Amino acid sequence: MADGVRVVDRPRTGIGVSTRRPDGGPKVRGEFAYSSDLHADRMLWGRTLRSPHAHARILSIDIGPALTIPGVSAVLTADDVPGRPTYGLTVPDQPVLARDIVRYEGEPVAIVAADHPDTARRAIASIVVEYEVLEAITDPQRALQSPAIHPDGNLIRTVPIRRGDVDAVGSVVVEGTYEMGIQDQAFLGPESGMAVPDGAGGVDLYVATQGLHQDHAQVAPCLGLAPEQVRLHLAGTGGAFGAREDLSMHVHACMLALHVNRPVKMSYLRDESFVGHVRRHPAHMWFRHHATPEGRLVKVEAQILLDGGAYASTSAYTAANSARFACGPYRVPNAVIDATCVRTNNAPSGAMRGFGVVQVCYAHESQMDKLAAAVGLDPVEIRLRNVLARGDELVTGQTVDVPAPVRECLEAAASVPMPPPASDVDDYGLPGGAGRTADRARIRRGVGYAVGFKNLAYAEGYDDDTRARCRLDGGVATITCAAAELGQGFVTVAEQITRTVLGVDQVVLAPASTATIGSAGSSASSRQTYMSGAAIAMACRQVAEGARRAVAHRHAVAVEALEIDEGRIVSRDLSIDIPIGRASEEPLEAEVNHHHRETFPMDPVTGQGDTDVSWVFAANRAVVDVDLDLGLVRVVQMATGQDVGKALNPLSVVGQIEGAVSQGLGLAVMEEVVTTDGIVRNPSFTDYLIPTTADMPPVEITLIEEPEDGAPFGAKGVGETACLSSTPAVVAAIRAATGLELSRVPVRPEDIALADVRREG
Amino acid sequence: MTGAVTYRLQINGADHAVESSWLGESLLYVLRERLGLVGSKNACEEGECGSCSVLVDGRLVCSCLELAAAAEGTEIITVEGLSPDGTLSDVQEALVAEGGVQCGFCTPGFVVAVHDLLDGNASPSPLETKEALAGNLCRCTGYGRIEAAVERVVELRRG
Ligand code: FES
Ligand code: FES
Repeated sequence: MADGVRVVDRPRTGIGVSTRRPDGGPKVRGEFAYSSDLHADRMLWGRTLRSPHAHARILSIDIGPALTIPGVSAVLTADDVPGRPTYGLTVPDQPVLARDIVRYEGEPVAIVAADHPDTARRAIASIVVEYEVLEAITDPQRALQSPAIHPDGNLIRTVPIRRGDVDAVGSVVVEGTYEMGIQDQAFLGPESGMAVPDGAGGVDLYVATQGLHQDHAQVAPCLGLAPEQVRLHLAGTGGAFGAREDLSMHVHACMLALHVNRPVKMSYLRDESFVGHVRRHPAHMWFRHHATPEGRLVKVEAQILLDGGAYASTSAYTAANSARFACGPYRVPNAVIDATCVRTNNAPSGAMRGFGVVQVCYAHESQMDKLAAAVGLDPVEIRLRNVLARGDELVTGQTVDVPAPVRECLEAAASVPMPPPASDVDDYGLPGGAGRTADRARIRRGVGYAVGFKNLAYAEGYDDDTRARCRLDGGVATITCAAAELGQGFVTVAEQITRTVLGVDQVVLAPASTATIGSAGSSASSRQTYMSGAAIAMACRQVAEGARRAVAHRHAVAVEALEIDEGRIVSRDLSIDIPIGRASEEPLEAEVNHHHRETFPMDPVTGQGDTDVSWVFAANRAVVDVDLDLGLVRVVQMATGQDVGKALNPLSVVGQIEGAVSQGLGLAVMEEVVTTDGIVRNPSFTDYLIPTTADMPPVEITLIEEPEDGAPFGAKGVGETACLSSTPAVVAAIRAATGLELSRVPVRPEDIALADVRREG
Repeated sequence: MTGAVTYRLQINGADHAVESSWLGESLLYVLRERLGLVGSKNACEEGECGSCSVLVDGRLVCSCLELAAAAEGTEIITVEGLSPDGTLSDVQEALVAEGGVQCGFCTPGFVVAVHDLLDGNASPSPLETKEALAGNLCRCTGYGRIEAAVERVVELRRG
């Protein structure tokens, strides 16, 4: 087990043990087939021509020159889209290929298929598109006053919350404006896949995605095909973090493959990836917190503006998350909150780990530190005075009826021993690292705290149900479920659950596909273990029931005389004791369709409603060293207390937390897609920095296990929460070290080193 | 394809003929698309992520930045060459056991880079490990379990 990880209560069955990933061997050997590794005979390469403008009218497209290039088999434009011209995860407002207008830099305009990626590149370069450049609306603060850039208008959604006495005032008031830049998911496996025509007018698409069925529901209409003519199969997926919620090359590859009647592979290059998927919504946020002199929250006011970019994607729900979680995991009796998402000519925003909550967590935690200073409490104490507990009401009026160990998370993070002082660190460990530019006398240490929480699964009345099938035959259990494995370890947990319930050693996970089973919903919102894990457990339990009946029949005893006990069918007197795997001559099979508890919409005026399924909580403490002259930050240590319900695979949970913390740290100090008038300036890993080994400190993790009733073995989803609170914790630590306000993330070196110059103008 | 060339590459001890290859093809492209050695990954194709790491004459390089035709006459080791008989090398085993693999897209690059690190320095300090691996990006793990895997190999090799 990893250092610094304390786990209580580890049973000996498959659940709760850090078993190895079933795909670990193939992955370390380089044999695991990712979507970009696919190959087929006679395969062609697809490539996309994208708009160089953030907003322009297309006057003409001349594909003639591309068609004359030897090796080019097809050049397609909007005129060639066989079915519905638009798609979208929530509203079909995004063109498959732009026809008259391009609304963001990178919007697809034409696609080609060629015999070699370089031929395809040259073909794309030879297409002549005449544009009339239009004024780009790229400032979200101007979007609602600007002419509509889309027939659906520039307002995507406003979500109000009015709670309690909206006129209440506290004797202590703190106010702040906060801003967050654009964060990219920066998964490593490029958007990619291969479309293979079936010879009968249909197509099979092998693709890296978070949700096969939600993709399928968009792809088939755009192709003008019946649902059964289009089959999506999960190809090896190299990370996702929200960026594979929406379509990328899906329809394009299928269009090309159907057009040329040959397999077509598409794989985005990194610069293309930066505009090829939705990114985290950048945000402008104003908050005013009211409290008593003792630091107890009286009211929270918040105005949140999210930039949705050119198309809707999941923005409407992101805005709702920003509103519902704007207060953080605190008791807040009164609230006035409005979260608005607008359309602009920036690239579309959408899902990213922490979905709408990362933004507000940075703001509300910055506010809590301001409040602590105003009332003279330390940052831990102000939080402990206000933390939610089970039984409290949220600002939506919903009661938190699941374990809510916010206090425990924070106390765990706060009690981790502090790292050695900067004076004990060798040069490489100082801000600036290997460059060794830091002057030790100008290094300041700071410590910061933050807590955060987020909902599990989908909300607002959406029924994101799931299905799983279990077939037990000859002692081998085969699980069929369309849940997408992205790297998070769902496959490991699926096997552990199956082994635990059925007591079998051999578990086979059938490939995820739309052709073999209905939807499992998306691998998003920390929901797959919670939802599909539960469905697998139920399907396995039904199979175990079948085994019990089979044994009862064979031994001519009443079914009630037998019990299912740790993978065995056992009679009370122990005269019958048969492993489930050998209980039946005939194969046993069960399929389960699992729904989470019903949720309800937010009231359109007050935002009140029982909107959520469950919640997960986390706390972080960050320790940083800051070089005051160079503005460089070294995060020295992160401590995380994380509510997990029950850790089904502690090693996997630790991996999720460490990964989430690294993304939160990245957002705090380095990650930002920089744009000028909607044009992305840094679409590469040279200029968009993500944390490396040199940036990542040790993460000291405490798992807080309070099983949730009804969840599979009590487990909550753990994918997202640690990235909420790590960003504000790091920023708070930098504030503590520098005394600066730091109202924008990422905090750039110039925000620290040149703060005086900037203040003085 | 204009500018097509034919040459031979020595990869993992075996001789491979590369026929009618465009001269501009990177070593990564030829490995993946012409020779079916897709273990080396293509996360950026511009020398920034290390997912395509291979050893050329014992030197750790990003194969996306090497011209394939220029690698003729060198000895190339890819991730596929580090566990030829289908078993796992100690580094591979440690990465799985310590939880250093999530999506795994960075993993082949780390496998090659960690072998290279530990072959040159049998017991790197934690900071030396960080410095040596800072050219390999991983978006999933936050590196903690990867570093734990390196420590495990160091201890095992120490015996
Ligand atoms: S693919 Fe070669 S360094 Fe990224
Ligand atoms: S495991 Fe996904 S990038 Fe490293």
